[in-house]
Amino acid sequence: MGRARRIESIVEAVGQTPMVRLRNVGREAPGVKIYLKLEYTNPGGSVKDRPALQMMLEAMEDGRFPADRTLIDATSGNTGVAYSIFGAALGRRVALVMPSNVSQARKDITRAFGTELIFSDPMEGSDGAIGHCQRLVAAEPDRYFYANQYANPGNPRAHYLGTGKEILEQVGDEITCFVAGLGTSGTMMGTTRRLREHGRPVTCIAVEPAEELHGLEGLKHMASSLVPAIYDPELPDEIMPVSTDDGWDMADRIAAEEGLHVGHSAGANVFAAVQIAKRIGEGCVVTIAPDRGDRYFAPMRWEKHYDW
Amino acid sequence: MTVTVRIPTPLRTLTGGQDEVDAQGGTVAEVIDDLERRHAGVKERLCDAKGVRRFVNVYLGEEDIRFLDGLDTAVKDGDTLSIVPAIAGG
Repeated sequence: MGRARRIESIVEAVGQTPMVRLRNVGREAPGVKIYLKLEYTNPGGSVKDRPALQMMLEAMEDGRFPADRTLIDATSGNTGVAYSIFGAALGRRVALVMPSNVSQARKDITRAFGTELIFSDPMEGSDGAIGHCQRLVAAEPDRYFYANQYANPGNPRAHYLGTGKEILEQVGDEITCFVAGLGTSGTMMGTTRRLREHGRPVTCIAVEPAEELHGLEGLKHMASSLVPAIYDPELPDEIMPVSTDDGWDMADRIAAEEGLHVGHSAGANVFAAVQIAKRIGEGCVVTIAPDRGDRYFAPMRWEKHYDW
Repeated sequence: MTVTVRIPTPLRTLTGGQDEVDAQGGTVAEVIDDLERRHAGVKERLCDAKGVRRFVNVYLGEEDIRFLDGLDTAVKDGDTLSIVPAIAGG
């Protein structure tokens, strides 16, 4: 479907994202085509629109999410933005648990849609938000639909049905490798399963932060975190650790050399894609840009006081 | 000066699981060096050749030290330094 079309609801604008060839950052491996799928062109601004919508529609369909329940989940931001937008469009209430150190941009976006924000301890990170959310749900189980992006099979299913299918439509005739970062792991799990059904063999490589204390927002250092229930570590062909510095530096290069202002996990994904391209010498590597660079922490003088 | 340092989850493997530890020094830099003496490995997680790593925030009380004197920021007895990751994900 083209971009200029008439739709009945914003939910119809999810998916069918463009894929752009990275001609400049990939020049170190001239025999390989490197493609970046621009998931930030989704209406909520990130790849998370896909799993958020899938989980919400499935739950509305099967009765887990009636109009008198509030959707609640733990989210570092992008999934929360998606829930907020679709909650408003679909007539449902949304509450989000997030660590209080998410960026001001993320807090403002969700408030615009009438979402209730519940802040958890920044020292405990996203695992702390998950625990906090689960305690709230346990205390009032009839009040909430707990979307549970880390365990809900609708999350990887969105990528099986959407991301993976689109990649095959776009480059199915030439793709040799797929690279994606591990956060909830939904993108990697669902897309890999779809690509493995294809006639052409595709190597699927997962990216994770190289360090426990890292700055690759949205990605998980699995060895030191609560491991998502949807994650199957045997599914990827390889897991490639990428440092925060390499991810951030590549995000800067992508902006300067390709004209794409991408987020830090995209930088990590592309760094890995370039490493793989250099290794294979020939072929076609596809990776994901989950979001843009405008939702990230940048210390501002007027934000210098921290409200605990 | 003895200050309390609040430790985020990813660093607690180095502090024996403690979320708050004491350290001594007259500036943030000295406190980090003292932390390193007590809990080996902490400094390289927080700092690189240029100073505090880009994605790590250090607060003296509620103030980000970037907007004070950075690593040269002076600390007093009883102050609290907080090490807060710049990101919430993961």
